[in-house]
Order: sequence, then structure tokens, then C-alpha cells
Amino acid sequence: MASPPPLPSSTSVLSSASSLADSLFQRSLDDLIKSLRSDPSSEPSIIARSLSEIRREIRSSDPLTKSIALQKLTYLSSLHFHSMSFAAFHTLELLPSPSPQTKRLAYLAASLSFHPSTTELLPLATHQLHKDLTSLSTSSSSSFPFLPSLPLHLLSLASSADLSSHLAPDLVPLLSRSSPLQPKAVAATYRVLSLCPSTVPVLFKPLVDCLSSDNPLTVSAAVGAFCELSAPPNDPAPYLPLAPEIYRVLVNSRSNWTLIKALKIFSRLVPLEPRLGTRIVEPLSKFLRESQAKSLVLECIKTVVSCLPTHTEAMRLAIDKIKELLSSDDDPNLRYLGLQTLGMLAPGHLWALEESREVVAQSLTDPDRSICHEALRVMMAMTLQENSIESCTLLVRQAAKSDPEFANEILDSVLTSCSKDFYELVVDFDWYVSLLGEMARIVHCTKGDEISRQLVDIGLRVRDARPELVRVARELLIDPSLLGNHFLYNVLSAAAWISGEYVEFSKDPMELVEALLQPRTSLLPTSARAVYIQSVLKVLTFSCNSHIDESSSLVNDTVIARMLSLIEMTVGPLAESEEAEVEDRVRNLLGVVRLVANIKDLSVDKDKDGMIYEVVRVMDALFSDEMGPVSANAQKKVSVPEDLDLKDNLADLSEFISDNDAAMSRSNPSILFYPQSCNASEEVEVGPTSVAESTSLKEHRKRHGLYYLSTDKETTEPELTEDYPRVNETLPPSNGDTTRRVKVTKLRPTVVKLDEGEDLATSSSLSTKVEAMKDDPLSGAIKDVLLGKNGNGASSSFDASSSSQGKGKDKVKGKEIKSKKGEEGESKDRHKGRRKHKHRKEPAPPVSVAQETPVIQDFLL
Amino acid sequence: MIHFVILINRQGKVRLTKWYSTYSQKERSKILKELSGMVLSRGPKLCNFIDWKGYKIVYRRYASLYFCMCIDKEDNELEVLEIIHHFVEILDRYFGSVCELDLIFNFHKAYYILDEVLIAGELQEPSKKTIARLIAAQDSLVETAKEQAGSISNIISQATK
Repeated sequence: MASPPPLPSSTSVLSSASSLADSLFQRSLDDLIKSLRSDPSSEPSIIARSLSEIRREIRSSDPLTKSIALQKLTYLSSLHFHSMSFAAFHTLELLPSPSPQTKRLAYLAASLSFHPSTTELLPLATHQLHKDLTSLSTSSSSSFPFLPSLPLHLLSLASSADLSSHLAPDLVPLLSRSSPLQPKAVAATYRVLSLCPSTVPVLFKPLVDCLSSDNPLTVSAAVGAFCELSAPPNDPAPYLPLAPEIYRVLVNSRSNWTLIKALKIFSRLVPLEPRLGTRIVEPLSKFLRESQAKSLVLECIKTVVSCLPTHTEAMRLAIDKIKELLSSDDDPNLRYLGLQTLGMLAPGHLWALEESREVVAQSLTDPDRSICHEALRVMMAMTLQENSIESCTLLVRQAAKSDPEFANEILDSVLTSCSKDFYELVVDFDWYVSLLGEMARIVHCTKGDEISRQLVDIGLRVRDARPELVRVARELLIDPSLLGNHFLYNVLSAAAWISGEYVEFSKDPMELVEALLQPRTSLLPTSARAVYIQSVLKVLTFSCNSHIDESSSLVNDTVIARMLSLIEMTVGPLAESEEAEVEDRVRNLLGVVRLVANIKDLSVDKDKDGMIYEVVRVMDALFSDEMGPVSANAQKKVSVPEDLDLKDNLADLSEFISDNDAAMSRSNPSILFYPQSCNASEEVEVGPTSVAESTSLKEHRKRHGLYYLSTDKETTEPELTEDYPRVNETLPPSNGDTTRRVKVTKLRPTVVKLDEGEDLATSSSLSTKVEAMKDDPLSGAIKDVLLGKNGNGASSSFDASSSSQGKGKDKVKGKEIKSKKGEEGESKDRHKGRRKHKHRKEPAPPVSVAQETPVIQDFLL
Repeated sequence: MIHFVILINRQGKVRLTKWYSTYSQKERSKILKELSGMVLSRGPKLCNFIDWKGYKIVYRRYASLYFCMCIDKEDNELEVLEIIHHFVEILDRYFGSVCELDLIFNFHKAYYILDEVLIAGELQEPSKKTIARLIAAQDSLVETAKEQAGSISNIISQATK
């Protein structure tokens, strides 16, 4: 370092004095560590003190002091996570130091703490990095031949796009010369490439040349670099031309690390080019048979299973190896990996999974959490219609015995897979419904929402399962202990709703009413209580009706009288309840009760008791119409009539609709039987009943002047009207549910499906994920370089030949090969598209077949 | 790709951290807390892989230290286990029967060695001998430089600058 210009004497004495003091009394890193270890309780204060010391020391002009301060700071930052950004400038100051120790320290600090997002000083280091990178060519520092490795590390960890583009040319000589630094240079190169695609023209060719280098380390590093560059979020297609090189590496290399990386690259390339698959089967089988290294065997298995499902010989080998892994009792790692790879076999080779069924079942009970997870995944993959019953029963039983987290995971996976595709897996709904009841009873179950949704869903769609549903619901309702469990309240709501709706299947209505009105129901939240009360109304109606008809033996005079008195007794006090939902329904119920109060004294004389008959018949008619589920898109299917002017009509109502109401009436017609926000004081009726006829309700409606829209039934008029049907008029046909596609299977009860809206809703999310491929400037640039180097802009020809092969295949995994880089418009189209496999029209004129394809063809011949 | 390397001891104290992807300081301490909770609570007979937030954590216990590395879902776990073992053997060779104290007091040296083994989240040098030679060479360079700097003439010239 050049000596600073002479300062006036006084200041120099002072500064040197302070620096001397600093350097003499400076605590070294060892001292710091010792002090930290000696007194663990006062760690924060020691750290705070050191930090302030460091701040002072690091500003000193003496490089030694600075470096020791930096050393301490690195320690503190790395192990105690203090921010190092204030020292960024000083680190930069130390980078050019001639002493290798200081230099190393400074570079270490820089690579640990610099990052484009945390410090803007990074560009200042450019010149120094440049000097250090090229120092080998300038013969001055032959004493430190490893010097460039330091900036290489920094580049690979903390670089920014600008820095990379400036320093890229300096990497080239390091890449081409065969030296111990070459592998490091390769690693730094791949980082630079992924950060800054504009450096591709400069750096890519030397990188490819490294693949054929003599130094096996370089080759290994190069293969590793390509492996990372072609890793999932990026597009592996541009690396296809490198396949021959990598194949050579695969066959010749002795090092396991290299082989593993090469296999990974192939596993990404084979889906794009199936002929590659036939070529690598040979070496793969050889490895599978002979290799001792478990890691290599594992990688081979993964490659074979994921890309070569049609080569039976290789698959057989791989499956045998998997079985071996599974059976290694003493090594949990191998068992875990065996389960994982077994899961990869799932859709195509279920027979292999079947053979290992017991092992998987046993692994479910393993004390090791990771193994249990994998086993669960494999079980779910194995479940088909035929064996769903035993699998699910086994799983639920296991869930009852496991700890809360795993139990919920099991329940979650059982629920999701059984309800997929409209309960595709379930053949015996009676069994499934009782399973749902059992699941609700499991101690740590938090899946109440899903269970209740499925119970109601099945009730709506599967007629034949209704008796069983009612039985399960009855059991749930009777049990007083469940009422206290706050996870289960929506399951209980569902049970109550089911009992009310399908009360005709119930064996003992009186028991139901007693269960619904038991004292502990006060523990339930308002929404659930509302449903309970409504169900009581339905049960009462049914009972009265059957009493009049004298159709049921269960309901005779005494029973009815008891029912009525029980209801009045228990529900009466609730009439004053503060909860609007409960109060509303209670008053309905009480109204009906009073109207039919004398039903037990019914005489044959219809005139005297005409009103009672009338009321009962009407109520029964009210509840007897079956309303099916309405799809989410039903409203959209209703075409707006020509002469309808939407805006005007709605505007009138703005005076008495609050925001809350408007949202509710327009909102989702999903199967809800309790409102979402109970805080509104307005009564928003969202239950399954659309029109009720009792007088109290009529007055109520008159008061508020709103027509209650039920979410189960979409009206044809989009506007809110004031009219509602008269007493004996039949309800308007619900245009909401349109064509029903009924799935018919032998012996399996019919599950009512709705129109296409439901199908599409679930599949569109999947397809956008599949189609979404990032518009990758890197891959485009690489393509250009690789194919452009063959002279005549042969990019389109390459695509013409390969996409002609690709056209027939339907497998989706990122198959689309880009014809040009940066096709923004087309990629947007893809995102909007649905499940159809879109083929990109190539706007480029087809050029005569260029040299690129012969490279592969010759090789593969 | 290896995302980070963390060494924790049985009491949960961090001995070394190296991050090959970007994480802010706050994220780093959060990750560390989560990781120590997960890894330290696992028994001895369980497998060495943990699923975490879409990544995999591969760890191994050597005496009182847990060596943890975080990798992507597609990476080969057995390979990473071997990398960990490779690193430990190198440390052993360098420090001569390495123990935790060595790592505590030779904090920077441990970093230099790690930098020779792994670069940019990938394995760099599979041969232990080569690494040992490299580190030894670097050390000797540093030593000679230190000696030069420590000579009397230098001290005097520094003090009078």
C-alpha cells in the first residue's frame, strides 16, 4: 500500500496514538469467544459491548486493527445474526490488502454479508474483483496462486446481475485453462449465468467445453452446473443438444457424484426426447445391477421409475431394488427412501404397490414421523375402489391411536381422496357415512368442517344413503358429550339438518326432538342452535302430518301431546333470546305449536278443526318438496330478458338494503345453512325454506319488506321483488338446477352430479398450474447460442423436427418447446387456456434440416 | 442444490452457518429456531431426513454436533449424507480428531475448509487428500505472510505511519 501523504505533525501523532492504543488493546476474536463462553448469562451485554467496540475499531486506519474487528464482526454476525451492513464499506477497503490473511478475511466477510438486496456498495467492488480474477495472468502474484478462488466464491454467493455481466469476460480464461481453479470457475459461472442471461454468449461455450475437459473434477462441476441450470422452474429443453456429451460422461465417468448429476439431467431430458430413454436403459441397468453405492442406486431407481415406465426389464430391476430398500429393518433411512420411491410408482404400476401392502401398513405405526408420512402417502396412492373400504378403515383406526397432528393428517387425506370426483372411490355409501360419524368422534379431530360438508353433500346427492345418514345423525345428536366439543359444532349442525330434512327415515321422531332440545344444547353457538330449532320444526310438522294421516304407529295422541308440551317448555324461554337467528326461528316454531295445540283432541268433524288440518297440510307441503343442490354457475346460465333494466330496479332498494344484506343475497349459493356473519341485526334468512306461511312470519316480512332469498334456490328474476307466492300456489320451478348428469354404476347408488360448472371449477386450477411455464430469457438465450453456433439460425428447424415427434404425445410436463425466445403473447395465451393441450403455431418459416438434428440422429442410430 | 448448512450442538447453540441462497437476517434466525426444534427433538433411531416447507433437511449427528443441510425436493438424500460425512472427515484430518472446541475457536478456518468442499451449494472436491493439500498450502502462505508482517521492521513502520 502506498504511504499516505505526509500530514501535519500534530494530527499524525494523535491519529497514530489512537491507532496504537487501538491495536495494542484490541480484543482479538479469541478473547471475545472466551468471554462469551465464560459467562453465558450476560451474553447480550457482552455482545452489545463488543459491537460498539467493533464499530469504533473498524474505522481505524490501521489495516490490522480493522481486520481483527472485521473478524469479530463476522463471528457475531454469523452466529448471532447481527446485521453487518454498517461494515460494508470497511470490508471493501480491506479487499485490496496485500496480506493474504486480511484478504481472505475480507472476502469471507464480503461473501457472508454482501448481497444486492442489503447493500448498494457491491458495484464498488467490481474493480477489485476484476483485478483479483485476472491476477493469474499478470505474473505479479504468483506467490498466491489461489487468489482468484476468493472472488469466485464471492461471485457465486453474493453477486448481482450488473456485477456478473461486468465480470463475465474475466471468467472465461479461468474456465478454459486447466487448473485447480477450473471447477470453482465452473460453479461461479453457472451462478452468473442464472443471474444474468445476457452473459450467455460469452460464457456458455466455455462451459460446454468443460464437459469434455480432461480434469474429471471439471467435468463433474460442469455436469453439476447443467443439472442446476436445467432444474425445475427452468426449462430443460435448451439443453437437449448436450445430450450426447452427457451420455459420454455417463458411460465413462467413475465418480459417483458425477453419475448422479448426469442421471438427473437425463431424467429431465428423457420426457422431451424418448429416444434418449432407449439409449440410457443400458447403462442404467448396469448400475442397478452392479453398483455398491446406495446413492447411485437410488438415483437410478428414481430415473427409471419417472422416465422409463415402458421398459419392463429396467422397471423389474428397479422394483426389486425398491423391495430391498423397504425390507432393510435396521436402517430407517433406507426404509424411508423405499417408501418414497414406492410412492413414485403410483399410477402406472399399482401391482407393485399391492405386493408391498403389509410393509406399508406396518410403517404407518412406525415411531418415526417421516416414515409415517411417507407410508400415508403411499397408502393413499394405492387406494382404489376395490380396496377403499379396508384401506380407509385401517387408516381411521390408526388415526384414533395416533398423536393429534398425524391423526388429522390421516383424516384429511382420507376425506380428500374419498370425496374426489364426486366420491368416485366410495362404492358403499352406508359404510362411508358411518365412517364419517366415526371420524367425528376421534379425539383430536379438527376436520369438523369438511366432515359436515360431506355429510350434507352426500345427503343431497345420494338418495339411497339417506336412511343410514339419519341413523348416524341420530347417534351424533343423542350423545351429550359431543356438545361440549367446539370443533364438532358444525358436524352437529349437519346432523341436525339431516335429521330434520330426512325425518321420514327416522325411527323415532320423539327421541329426535328430545335430543335436539336437550339442555346441553345451550353450549352450542348460535348458528348451530338455529339449525336445531329449525329441525325441530320439521320433525314436528312430519309428526303432526303422520298423526293426522294415522300413518305411523309411533305418533299417537300421547306422543304428540308430549312433543308439543316439551317444545313449549324448552323453547319458550328462548323466544326472548338476543340472538336474532334463534329468536326468529323460535317464534316460528312457537307459532306453529300454538296453532296445532289442540291436535290431540282432533275430531272427525273437519269444520271445527279445519284450521288445524289446513295448517298441518300446508306445513307438510312446504317441507315435502325436494330441492336438489344448485351449482355455482346456475345463475350465470339464466339469460337476462331483453326488456330488463337492471340498474334502475336495484337502485330503488338501496335505501333499505345495507351492505351486509346486499352481499348476502347475491352471494355464493354454496350449501350453507347458517349465515356467515351473525352480527347483522337484519334478519337474513339463508335456510333451506324459502317461503313460510305462518302469520307471525308474514307480518315480519311485511315489516321489513324484503323477499328472503334462499341460497338453495336461485330465482329467475335477478331483481328483488316484493311479491311472494300465495298460500296454495305451487312454488315456481327452480330454474337454477339445470340438466343433471347422473352417473350410473351397477350396485353403486347414484350420485347426483350437477352441470358442467362444478367439473370445470376444480380442473381449471390444475390446468393453469400445469401449463404455467415461465417465460425464460435464460433458456431462450441458451437456445440461441447452442443452435446459433451451427450457423444458419437453425432454431426453428430444430423445433420443427422435435415438435413433430412431440405432437403425438399427450404427457404434459413442460413439453412445449419454445420456438422463439420471449414470446410473451403466446405464453399469456397458455395461462388462460384450459386442459386442452395447446400447440404453439410456429410463425417461423421452416428451414431445411440443419446440422443439429443429425448430431442426435447419428448418435442415436 | 444445497440451500444452507448449519451446525448446531445439543444445547441448540449454533456453531457454523453458511447460506447458499438469500435469506434476510430475520429469516435466518427464524429458520434456525425452527430447525433446532425439529432436529434436536428427534430420537437416535429415526431416519435422517425431515420434510420441511417443500424442502428436505438432511442431518447427521456426530458426537455433540448436528450437521444439517437443506436440499431441494428432487435432490438425492443419500448423496448429501455422504457430503456431510466427507466434510466431517476433512475437518477431522485437518484438526486431528476434531471436537466442538476446535470449531469454536477456529471459526474462520472452518469456513475456509467448507469453502473448499462446497461451492455455490454443490460439492466441489470429492478427494480428501486434495483438499487437505489445498488448505495446507493456503495456511502456509498465510503463515509466511504473517511472519513477514510480524518482523520488527514492519511493526516500526506501521507505528510511525
